[in-house]
Amino acid sequence: MSQSYNRGLIEDFSRWREFEAGMWAWIFHKFTGWVLIGYLFTHIAVLSTAIPAADGATMMFQGSETDVFTGTIVSLEGLLLVRILEVGLLAVAVFHMLNGTRLLLVDLGVGLEAQDKSFYASLILTGAITVASVPTFIAGAF
Amino acid sequence: MAERYSSFNSGGRMWLLQRVTAAFLLIVLAFHFFLLHFVHHADEVSLAASSARMEQLSYYSLMILFLVTATFHGVNGVYNALVNQGLTGTKRTVVKWSLVAASVVLLFQGIRTANAWAGGFPLL
Repeated sequence: MSQSYNRGLIEDFSRWREFEAGMWAWIFHKFTGWVLIGYLFTHIAVLSTAIPAADGATMMFQGSETDVFTGTIVSLEGLLLVRILEVGLLAVAVFHMLNGTRLLLVDLGVGLEAQDKSFYASLILTGAITVASVPTFIAGAF
Repeated sequence: MAERYSSFNSGGRMWLLQRVTAAFLLIVLAFHFFLLHFVHHADEVSLAASSARMEQLSYYSLMILFLVTATFHGVNGVYNALVNQGLTGTKRTVVKWSLVAASVVLLFQGIRTANAWAGGFPLL
């Protein structure tokens, strides 16, 4: 039988000195979760430009008339800041996925004694995947 | 060390749903990123290309299921994180129903967008 673990509040500043791998995994998972749900709402809002676009709404983009969906997305993708934020989004998503896999395995009772190591592995793999993806995510931004 | 670090009371229905949606999202989110950043590139997006994908019933259904599971997983995760931080009583009820309302708006808008791409519900 598992039982809940009372972490106290992370806002209690002095507790930062006590933090170990499990607590950092918990904090990063919460932080990346908040970012991802925030992004989901933003993502749908931006993609909603497809609704007027499907009804024929257009905008001027690079000197020619373009549907508002294509014009909005391609304009955003033309900004270096957006490309950098997308790399950040990838890092956040990859960590959440890898650490989430780790949590699913822990819930199944797999690797209970290697929780610290699997957290460090999640961090290293997130870094490696993110760095390897940079060329693809930045391509065409300059 | 074998302590459980989880925001959820183990064994509940929401606990299980959070994990089932997590397993589904692991696969579909990876597919989504791969398809729309590595197979097709972000700066090549166009209404016509998005429509062509969404007009396929299999892709449309997968994306709607993706939207529903991601909304549930995200909003349920936020709710549980807040409860875990000590949210109780009336505030908890207000937050719960606000999150439900936000989810409904997100799903409604997401499905409207999918239908705009697909030109209505795809039949084939």
